Amino acid sequence: MITLKDIHKTYYTEATSLHVLKGIDLHIAKGDYVSIMGASGSGKSTLLNILGILDNYDTGEYYLNNTLIKGLSEKQSAVYRNEMIGFVFQSFNLINFKNAMENVALPLYYKNISRKKRNAIAMEYLDRMGLKEWALHMPNEMSGGQKQRVAIARAIISNPKVLLADEPTGALDSKTTEEVMQLFGELNKTGITTIIVTHEKMVADETRKIIHIKDGLIENVEER
Amino acid sequence: MNTLQEILATLSHNKLRTILTGLSVSWGIFILIVLLGAGSGLSNGVKHNFNNRATNSVQMWSGNSSLPYKGLKTNRSLTFAEKQIADVSSHLTEPDKETGIIEKQSTVTYKSEYGNYTVRGVNPTYKDIFNLKFEQDNGRFINELDLRDNSKVAVIDKKIEEVLFKDKSALGQYIKVGSVMFQVIGINTQKERFGSPNCFIPFTTAQLIYNPNKKFNSIAMTVQGLKTEAANDTFNNKLKTVMANSLRFDQKDEQALYLYNAQREYIQTMKIFDGITFFVMIVGILTLIAGIVGVSNIMLVSVKERTREIGIRKAIGAKPGTILRSIVAESILITSVFGYLGMVLGVGLIELVNYVLQKFAAQGPSDNDMSVFRDPSVSLTYMGMATLILIIAGIVAGYMPARRAVRIKPIEAMREE
Repeated sequence: MITLKDIHKTYYTEATSLHVLKGIDLHIAKGDYVSIMGASGSGKSTLLNILGILDNYDTGEYYLNNTLIKGLSEKQSAVYRNEMIGFVFQSFNLINFKNAMENVALPLYYKNISRKKRNAIAMEYLDRMGLKEWALHMPNEMSGGQKQRVAIARAIISNPKVLLADEPTGALDSKTTEEVMQLFGELNKTGITTIIVTHEKMVADETRKIIHIKDGLIENVEER
Repeated sequence: MNTLQEILATLSHNKLRTILTGLSVSWGIFILIVLLGAGSGLSNGVKHNFNNRATNSVQMWSGNSSLPYKGLKTNRSLTFAEKQIADVSSHLTEPDKETGIIEKQSTVTYKSEYGNYTVRGVNPTYKDIFNLKFEQDNGRFINELDLRDNSKVAVIDKKIEEVLFKDKSALGQYIKVGSVMFQVIGINTQKERFGSPNCFIPFTTAQLIYNPNKKFNSIAMTVQGLKTEAANDTFNNKLKTVMANSLRFDQKDEQALYLYNAQREYIQTMKIFDGITFFVMIVGILTLIAGIVGVSNIMLVSVKERTREIGIRKAIGAKPGTILRSIVAESILITSVFGYLGMVLGVGLIELVNYVLQKFAAQGPSDNDMSVFRDPSVSLTYMGMATLILIIAGIVAGYMPARRAVRIKPIEAMREE
């Protein structure tokens, strides 16, 4: 599903440059359940951004579902993101003036699906998350765990090939963390390739493969 | 439809800001419309003041010579005779209707009522040269038969009918003009603006009864084909030359002949009003631009505030074009909705002023019917133009902020604050 070959990425500022990724080689198969661990500054977030086509890389090759992702126009990246990738973020990133249902339905808006239809689909997904009664609530009326479940519903509504989660439990307590991780586990079982960036051992332990990153290189891959 | 709902959702999220922003555009358009309306009111008012004569009319009065001419002494009193009317039509091509005017103050009596009015002996063409009005059941003006037969018929101004006949109709009744009886054949409803009301009688009858020496001192005519000020000036000079030869006075004599060329005045006045309209449009458009800059500014702030939201949208799959379009559409929506609001208010105010003016005009005892402000209105052309301006304004105001929104990088936008 995902193949990275010698990926390099350097951030330039006016005075200095920062070589963040120093040659990442990685293969993630379809349906894999993977976590990426590393200290802050190790490059794990950058790697996730590249995987999510939110950022570009300098050299190397990145194949997503057998498509080379390189030098894409913004428009093309947007289309690929919309079709192939679902994002879950630490800070949920819900739109605060839209209710749960509208938030979940948003990716379908960019697929030009009618309001009625996309809201109906969004309700289905919210139901799956056990949040049907919260559909018309605004994000600020919900708990962290609920918000994250809304975000997960939004991430999977367009049937992505890959689910990318950046510290999805970073803002949650241990009980909700467990609930959310259980949800990821269930989603993975439906066949969606799941990649979670985290620095929590407990979270990483839920996945089947842990990739340790240190100083821009893959230190080791822990198969479980 | 889809997009519209999405935009409305965003706008309603920021109601107060949207409204405040929009009001600056409303204000701009409001000012533009009101100024244009005021401009047209002023222009209509002045145009109306021209309507007591055809705009293409020329009238001349004879005066006294002030310069010697070919052995003739100065200070001769000059008067017209039928020869001068004939000379005008034979030497000049532009005049198409002429009339001599014999003017005389006289007492007009009906039974026990009487008044002192201006009696004018005129030709049938007078009606068209001075825009006389005959409403239904108000009879007719003097015609060729009256001239031929030296008929003792009279056309009186509405005002005279009101004074002498009270509520009755004067048509067919006999009035005494001086000491001669005339039958009233028509009532003119066009109000006289200068001097007392008129009583018109056939030119030939007037010559016979009041003017044994056949002299009179005014000739009026309508002219054709003089479109510019310069053409009218040229015509005025030609007319003066013809008269100078005919009446034998020095062409440079300023006091021998007085000319009033209504068309020339009309053209000049309309030029001034074109200028005023132009000026008013500039002022209005500049006000509108201030509003547009306001919208653009607020949109910029809005984009800045919504950086995170826009970042999320992009991460989820919003294409740059979609973002650009939605911001520009938002801006167009604000400018056009609030612009229309301003337009409606502006037109409303103008209509209100119009209504009040008409009400005053209906009650007012204004006999002379002079006005400087009348029928203010905004033409559909201006409305269409304003609509176009609003849409363009929306695009202009929204484009810069939209470009900025497009440049937002999702990762940076969503970074933890």
